[in-house]
Amino acid sequence: MTAALEIDQVNHRFGRFQALKEVSLIVPRGGFTALLGVNGAGKTTLFSLITRLYNNSTGSIRVAGYDLRREPMQALARLGVVFQSRAMDADLTVRQNLAYHASLHGISRQDAAGRIEEVLSQVGLVGKSADRVSALSGGQQRRAEIARALIHRPDILLLDEATVGLDVKSRAEVLELTRRLIAENGVSALWATHIMDEIQPDDDLVILHQGQVLRRGSAADIAGRQGLTQAFLDLTGVAV
Amino acid sequence: MSDITFPPRAWVTAFIGISLRETLRFVNQRGRFLAALVRPLVWLFIFAAGFRAVLGLSITEPYQTYVLYEVYVTPGLCAMIQLFNGMQSSLSMVYDRETGAMRTLLVSPFPRWFLLGAKLVAGVVVSIIQVYTFLAIAWFWEVRPPALGYLTVLPALILSGLMLGAMGLFLSSAIRQLENFAGVMNFVIFPMFFASTALYPLWRMRESSTLLHDICAVNPFTHAVELVRFALYQQVNWLSLAVVLGCLAGFFGAAVFMYDPAKGLWARRKGVA
Repeated sequence: MTAALEIDQVNHRFGRFQALKEVSLIVPRGGFTALLGVNGAGKTTLFSLITRLYNNSTGSIRVAGYDLRREPMQALARLGVVFQSRAMDADLTVRQNLAYHASLHGISRQDAAGRIEEVLSQVGLVGKSADRVSALSGGQQRRAEIARALIHRPDILLLDEATVGLDVKSRAEVLELTRRLIAENGVSALWATHIMDEIQPDDDLVILHQGQVLRRGSAADIAGRQGLTQAFLDLTGVAV
Repeated sequence: MSDITFPPRAWVTAFIGISLRETLRFVNQRGRFLAALVRPLVWLFIFAAGFRAVLGLSITEPYQTYVLYEVYVTPGLCAMIQLFNGMQSSLSMVYDRETGAMRTLLVSPFPRWFLLGAKLVAGVVVSIIQVYTFLAIAWFWEVRPPALGYLTVLPALILSGLMLGAMGLFLSSAIRQLENFAGVMNFVIFPMFFASTALYPLWRMRESSTLLHDICAVNPFTHAVELVRFALYQQVNWLSLAVVLGCLAGFFGAAVFMYDPAKGLWARRKGVA
């Protein structure tokens, strides 16, 4: 079975600045992979390459077996993305935003109507469908973004610091919701974060630092006896 | 793994979705519609009324007789609506990019030329609604082109709207921040509008300055105005048609290039999306 996401030897530069160096990682099907790195480690750049906001000129990125460069339509159709910053239209309602996103994946209005009910129910926002996004709390907006990312039934969810800016309670809810949805829907997830508490021992973990993958493996193995925070400090040499 | 294909129906769905979003945004911003309408009406009711007394217009193609200044200026004001609408679309693209909403569009599996084209067409539809509303009001101001002209002007409005919208798309790809838009207004929009045949015919320009006449003659906006002017009187200005089509292809091609993740400025920027 092909992996949900395979990244092989990817580099990216902004002028002279090497943002990513020989990055390789695999997200298995149905798995939760955490991408851990401090701010500026290259997580968002990597997500921009996977979502084709930037072009990957070296190495390869395959989504559900489809090469992003050669088969971008097939690959992007299988990606669901929650960006670090808000990506929904604040002036439109939740339902209008979801319908718009469904149309961007070629889903007919009739099919979209059913799917909107389904995903809103999954994220617990059924009562908010007619509310403008600007009227939602930060946690609700995040849940709406997750619903948007799920509406076209992707193979893999990319979540770039999805809990950033949320209070502790909302953060825990969004993380719990994501894990539950992954279990229920059978999708895979690549969860980018800089917060150690969001990682569980049985998660796959990739540590990204200064554009390079320092370690890959299970969080428990990487943490060892010293714990994840200390292991991360030892690997990166930075304070958390 | 189910195979995902995009039948023609899916492309139509995406196109309608993008158009609907633009329409919803337009409906939600009622002030935008009023502003778009008030601007040309102020020119028609106040500016044109004042100039009517001092600016006589002899017979100029496509008019068969001497025309009032209000009649002359109306096609230019129609094109002005489309010019500002194109810039409004461009502004909303930059705003979407700054707020992050643009990424929702760009991570769609459909190719970027299609996404940009759909956004462009949606903007043109909005501009045409504004133009016809303006023409309806202008009718009560004694600006009454032939009845069939209201129909024959439609293709011209579509083409001029597409060209000006494509120019806006291209500009939006080159503008980094909303704050830079004032510069675009001062250095692109106003010179384009004033150095055109929207307000004065070319022969009037030549009387004051040959250089200004030449600048007006090569200004794409001049050709958008003339295309609309001739079409409103059931004629085709072939030169203007060719220039508008050429500029449309050029601006849209440049916009697609600039928004391509592998090419253009988009590829070399950090944090643009």
